[in-house]
Amino acid sequence: MTARTRFCGGLLRISRALRTVALSLVTGCVFSVHASFGAVHGDNDTSHSSGHGTHTKTHNTTYPATRAFPVLTVNYDHVRKPFEISLWILLASLMKLGFHYIPRVSSVVPESCVLIVVGLLVGGLIRLLGETLPVLDTQLFFLCLLPPIILDAGYFLPTRPFTENLGTILVFAVVGTVWNSFFIGVVLYGVCQIEGEQLAAVDLLACLLFGSIASAVDPVAVLAVFEEIHINELLHILVFGESLLNDAVTVVLYHLFEEFASEGQVTVVDACLGMVCFFVVAFGGILVGTVFGLVAAVTSRFTAHSRVIEPLFVFLYSYMAYLSAEVFHLSGIMALIACGVVMRPYVEANISHKSYTTVKNVLKMWSSVSETLIFIFLGVSTVAGPHSWNWAFVIITIFLCLISRVMGVVGLTFIINKFRMVKLTGKDQFIVAYGGLRGAIAFSLAFLLPSDHFPMKNMFLTAIITLIFFTVFVQGMTIRPLVDLLAVKKKKQTKFTINEEIHSQFINHMLSGIENVCGHYGHHHWRDKLSRFNKYYVKKWLIAGERSQEPQLISFYNKLELKQALLVAESGSAANIGPGLSSAALLSAQSQKQRTVMKNISKEREEEIRKILRANLQKTRQRLHSYNRHTLVLEEEDEWSTVQLRRQRVELEKRMTHYLTVSASGWDSPPVRRARFQSDSQEYMAKPSAPVSIPAINMELVSAPPGSLALLEEVTDQAQQSQDEGCGMHANSHEEKSMKPNVTFALELEKQKLSRCLSDPGPNKIEVEAEEKEHFLS
Amino acid sequence: MGAFHSVPEDHEYHLLAKKTGFSLEQIVILHNRFNQLSHNSDVLRREDLRKIPDLACNPIQSQIVEAFFDERNFKKGGEGSVQEIGFEEFLTVMSYFRPPETHLTAEQKEEIRRTKMRFLFNMHDTDNDGTITLEEYRHVVEELLSRSGSLGKETAKSIADAAMLEVASISMGRMGPDEFYAGITFDHFLKILKELEIETRMNIHFLNMDTTFFCK
Repeated sequence: MTARTRFCGGLLRISRALRTVALSLVTGCVFSVHASFGAVHGDNDTSHSSGHGTHTKTHNTTYPATRAFPVLTVNYDHVRKPFEISLWILLASLMKLGFHYIPRVSSVVPESCVLIVVGLLVGGLIRLLGETLPVLDTQLFFLCLLPPIILDAGYFLPTRPFTENLGTILVFAVVGTVWNSFFIGVVLYGVCQIEGEQLAAVDLLACLLFGSIASAVDPVAVLAVFEEIHINELLHILVFGESLLNDAVTVVLYHLFEEFASEGQVTVVDACLGMVCFFVVAFGGILVGTVFGLVAAVTSRFTAHSRVIEPLFVFLYSYMAYLSAEVFHLSGIMALIACGVVMRPYVEANISHKSYTTVKNVLKMWSSVSETLIFIFLGVSTVAGPHSWNWAFVIITIFLCLISRVMGVVGLTFIINKFRMVKLTGKDQFIVAYGGLRGAIAFSLAFLLPSDHFPMKNMFLTAIITLIFFTVFVQGMTIRPLVDLLAVKKKKQTKFTINEEIHSQFINHMLSGIENVCGHYGHHHWRDKLSRFNKYYVKKWLIAGERSQEPQLISFYNKLELKQALLVAESGSAANIGPGLSSAALLSAQSQKQRTVMKNISKEREEEIRKILRANLQKTRQRLHSYNRHTLVLEEEDEWSTVQLRRQRVELEKRMTHYLTVSASGWDSPPVRRARFQSDSQEYMAKPSAPVSIPAINMELVSAPPGSLALLEEVTDQAQQSQDEGCGMHANSHEEKSMKPNVTFALELEKQKLSRCLSDPGPNKIEVEAEEKEHFLS
Repeated sequence: MGAFHSVPEDHEYHLLAKKTGFSLEQIVILHNRFNQLSHNSDVLRREDLRKIPDLACNPIQSQIVEAFFDERNFKKGGEGSVQEIGFEEFLTVMSYFRPPETHLTAEQKEEIRRTKMRFLFNMHDTDNDGTITLEEYRHVVEELLSRSGSLGKETAKSIADAAMLEVASISMGRMGPDEFYAGITFDHFLKILKELEIETRMNIHFLNMDTTFFCK
């Protein structure tokens, strides 16, 4: 492609993208403007028509109707509010879509910046058309827009790094924010006094209040920016955790200074009460959240029969926690976080897989829309004003915020590093300091100020908006190149390997063991105690059924397998497995490509195969014992998965018989038999033939040339022997309870081991219905 | 604070400090603990460690105890295990858990990582043949799950098999049909656990450890 064509192509793409964006922008604006127009007209219409209606009615009673029946009327008024709300959300979503079609922009500018710009444009447009601008109503913000974002953050909070760094996060959040507020407030007051003229009216308390508003790191802005730069986990959790936890401090300081500023004077008692208030707010919020979280967990225990509304409980309880905390002026954000964190392990164990997916997706969707709306409204509110620009004040504010943040972070890190095992380097400190973005919370708090007590409210508002713009635009845009420049460690690809999980747990146990030997009651010791308490007491109450006994390793393993099975199923065929999957899938993919014929199987390999096959024999869903091959009777709980399992098994059997009859090889439907055996404890394999579990293998075999049959038979004979000896031993094992034993893995193992044994020249007719397989075997 | 059985020379402590990297203060504290565990004798036996009540709840208790008596952890090239250890060996094993200093070169960090991983490897490789075989790995997983009760060995086996296969695929890539994956060698072990950042995780805070209050 020549340079010219490339240039033209690029130009075309850009123009197309711009067109899309412009179109959506204009559409959105036109609609919203039209809506507000419509509102005006609508009023006239309704009054008109109602008047008319009565008129006609009175007429009707005495005179015949003088007007034809209205076929088409416009009554905008009664849908106005929902209509406008929907339009705004639609605008926000279209913006999000359009954003990704401008690759140049999206790689340089973080999404939040673009959204604010869009908000500015929309606001400008509306103002041009002379309509009233919707302002970011504080109530709307705090009650509707903020909770989804916080809940999303709290529910998916990575608890391990959070708890490991909790001390650091708390120090940054509490001490850092207090330091910031006081520093900014005091110095600003000093500057105001020096400045004189209009600024002299600003007294100390007002300045302190301003400081407390301006000092809070905003979770929304941080999330928006940090999510795109994929920074390493430690830094992410530090900045993000700080932004979440400083809400308690902000709430307390804000109310404190607001009270004092209205009263006009402060006593020492008040200051002490303020500190007490902080603890009450913080711990009260956490307590409320925990209570609601536990109630949600208990409720989820009983949702086995109405799986459809399970996600609703998650959302409702969390929202109630938030609102309840707000009633008492406790920290709603901390309540929400506590609720999400407490609720999650138990609820996830109880709810069905589909509900879990629903919760995850709805939360992500909601928080995404909320975030977009917040930024757009921020832009619109900027246009709305009212503004009172004061150069000195604004510049000083921005300057002070930066300085105090840097000083705070450096100073605190110096102290914290004495207690940390993994010290924070200079680079880390820089990112933490630089990532302290301000956002819409600061704006809303400033907006909330009563203007009678605070005559300089407009000035504050302008300063806060400028500060937000500065941090989001300047810091938000430059943090990505800076991260690259400083070569800060990025987030490592999360490969869920079973080895890491095993060793993770191993190391944890080892560390707590060594701590016990040392006699040291450290971090690991307490964590161990907590998890033991959790296991023995709490889980019994909060998790339904046998899942409460499931150790973490098993559930991790099951989740992993399920994930992979779904991935394989989605990808359609086993041959298309991408690189990110586990070794099982990898191996099976590799094995497809191997066309070599194995002359003889090595002894050890054989032994392994045998061992694995034997292992698979017991991989039955041991709860479901007695159903015979003719009627599939569910014995115990009616989990949807078991029902589906049955259905799929039946289907699978049908399909296998079809394949087998089609191929007309000498198999007397071993897989079918095998399948039943798998699930049927009584039916102890009279005729073990092909290695079980693996309908897939059999399908493969079907396509194998007849020459390999002999080889397979040899293998299966040996397998048979092993099964025979395995039979007696494992007859009793069915009584054992088992969790979702997952065989898919070992299943894949055999599949490709055997395929290595056999030649596989035929086309791959393997439609690996991995999901089926998984259910089939579990 | 119990009386010392024998008051060690100061220069002994210095030697130990140089060898293991602990500070003198930490060595004193650990010596106190050693004396406590061994009931003021010079040697520590397995039973002494097993008597620690908190350790009894630990699923991998036996492996931890064994690690203290494993010659391979005392010096390079050691083999087999001993019945009793002195304070020096105790301290040597503890030194594996010392947090690394801040200003280290990349090679030093790598060296520390290798040392810690070697410790971990030795814990798994009980027969000291240089590889972790499938049986040994199974044993590890079984131990881990042993406290969870009713699951039985089969799930543990399948998990171990899965893990083994994963190692095989990551380390050996494509295996020819004749090949057989005998066991995890130390290099493979390093490779698969690269992401674990063991140099930051496998650390105990040895500061401010006043064991006398918490003696058990």
